[in-house]
Amino acid sequence: MADTPIDRVAKATPPTVAAKIRGLSDRTIAWLFVAPTIFLLLAVNIFPLIWTINLSFTNFRANRPTRDVEYVGLRNYERILTDGDIWLTMQATAHFLFWTIALQVLIGFTLAWLINRKFKGNDLWTTLIVLPMMLSPAVVGNFWTFLYQPQIGLFNYGVSFFTGIDPASFQMIGDVALAPWAIVIVDTWMWTPFVMLICLAGLRSIPDYIYEAAEIDRASKWRQFWTITVPMVLPFLMLAVLFRGIENFKMFDLVVQLTGGGPGSVTELTSINLKREAFEKWRTGYASAYAIILFVTVFGLASIYVKALNKVKER
Amino acid sequence: MSSYSITEPSSRQKWVAGTLVIAYAVITLLPLVWILTTGFKSPVDAIAYPPKVLFEPSLEGYVNLFTTRTRVSPEQLQALPPPATWYEEIVRNRDMVIAGPSRYGERFLNSVIIGFGSTFLSVFLGTLAAYAFSRFKVPLKDDLLFFILSTRMMPPIAVAIPIFLMFRTLGLSDTHLGMILLYTAVNISLAVWLLKGFIDEIPREYEEAALIDGYTRFQAFYKVVLPQAATGIASTAIFCLIFSWNEYAFAVLLTSGTAQTAPPFIPTIIGVGGQDWPAVAAGATLFLVPVMVFTILLRKHLLRGITFGAVRK
Repeated sequence: MADTPIDRVAKATPPTVAAKIRGLSDRTIAWLFVAPTIFLLLAVNIFPLIWTINLSFTNFRANRPTRDVEYVGLRNYERILTDGDIWLTMQATAHFLFWTIALQVLIGFTLAWLINRKFKGNDLWTTLIVLPMMLSPAVVGNFWTFLYQPQIGLFNYGVSFFTGIDPASFQMIGDVALAPWAIVIVDTWMWTPFVMLICLAGLRSIPDYIYEAAEIDRASKWRQFWTITVPMVLPFLMLAVLFRGIENFKMFDLVVQLTGGGPGSVTELTSINLKREAFEKWRTGYASAYAIILFVTVFGLASIYVKALNKVKER
Repeated sequence: MSSYSITEPSSRQKWVAGTLVIAYAVITLLPLVWILTTGFKSPVDAIAYPPKVLFEPSLEGYVNLFTTRTRVSPEQLQALPPPATWYEEIVRNRDMVIAGPSRYGERFLNSVIIGFGSTFLSVFLGTLAAYAFSRFKVPLKDDLLFFILSTRMMPPIAVAIPIFLMFRTLGLSDTHLGMILLYTAVNISLAVWLLKGFIDEIPREYEEAALIDGYTRFQAFYKVVLPQAATGIASTAIFCLIFSWNEYAFAVLLTSGTAQTAPPFIPTIIGVGGQDWPAVAAGATLFLVPVMVFTILLRKHLLRGITFGAVRK
């Protein structure tokens, strides 16, 4: 580096702490800048994860911290994987995941496609549609129990207004058959805008000239849709599905406020079930093993999915 | 250039699309409108059948939200001096007297402290890390970035078990500091990813020019890169703030008294025979409206931010 007058002055004056910081090499700065983040993540994410793994082999109970802790080997894992109730929970979760994602993709893509017709004022309406997903799921979920009340609830009234069914004749969150749909409806209401926004980004990334070329080749609009629009948006759509899948696998706040897992346990998704084991029954060791199984499941499924996604992208 | 474009939708198409989208928007906004209006209904109007669209506005919900009340007998009520304030009058009409303030104010303030505290920390640390990832050769860079992202895959309840034990040991349970650190750790992964994208877009030439002019790397960072990334930093901050503001799972498990935020508190507002819906709606309104206003005002940056993280990877 050139020996500028500034450098000479800097060399002549004794280095203060501030000067030392400013004069650091790129490598030191890189390290300094990344370290706090990594440290925080290690302390609040990785260390707890290792602790959870350790706890999962014990019979520890957090409400009795002074009791002797025994190592029980793989017994917790064995009990979880052979427990019939957990499979019911998994089924409830699968139902929730499948239908929320299917509906959100269908409605979200349709909305994005319509918004991409670029009608006047589409900006403002897009923003208004996005509002539900920005709000607190617990607060909104709690209010939905009011909307779902038989007779006085707005939802039941709306259904009866359009179909003529007596609004007092059905209970969305009290009925074993309807409750799984009640949570699907609210989640779809809340998160369709997310899928819509990602689809919109996908649609806007398609350059006009592709359609112009197709038009010159006399491809029908229908054909253009299936051979240009859908394949070009697919990677975006798959990404939206990945995000929604992970989020809904972790789903807790909205559903716990809506149904609390009931009636019985028909809407007891894995996170709610896990919370019961960990913070109501205080079976900490068992719940830790459960948490590890869930984490491995999400991580495994997500990795396989990302591989598939990359293949689609390469095409 | 005025020409007929084959890719431009016809005006009839636009009209149909616009109508459908607006219809969806109206239906999807109804629950939110209902929250806003229920807050101004009297308890009787709130549970009327058929649901009331037109009603006489009342502030009872807001009064109930901010006060705790005790029921008194008519004789006792007679013996009291006349109500001094309008809100006391509303309460007296229900044969009750105000016993004191409710905890809503405190809970709301906790949400503000924890929300802004963790947002500041995550954006501060996130900007530093994002700059390093964007500009320098960090060993194992891709692995680190993936690691940062993968921390978001854990269900909050799974993380909450050891965090609960850790906080108990360190004395961080139910403290503002504990919640700020926890939310920062959750937010920082998103912050690093978003900010790296914004910083990647700033041409390196700007800094190189500054370095040649005699700036140190550190000066180049805060005098050249930071101002350029200001918009990106601001929109990342909004995302972090909204996450901390809305978070419920950790809040309900790790806080109970002093540091509890508003989301676990609002559903516990109860009146006679169940939830006091006008008060719940009032509490929800005050809590949700700031986010709605933010979203509408900052729509350009926010909508870009939502898809940004998605579109890049």
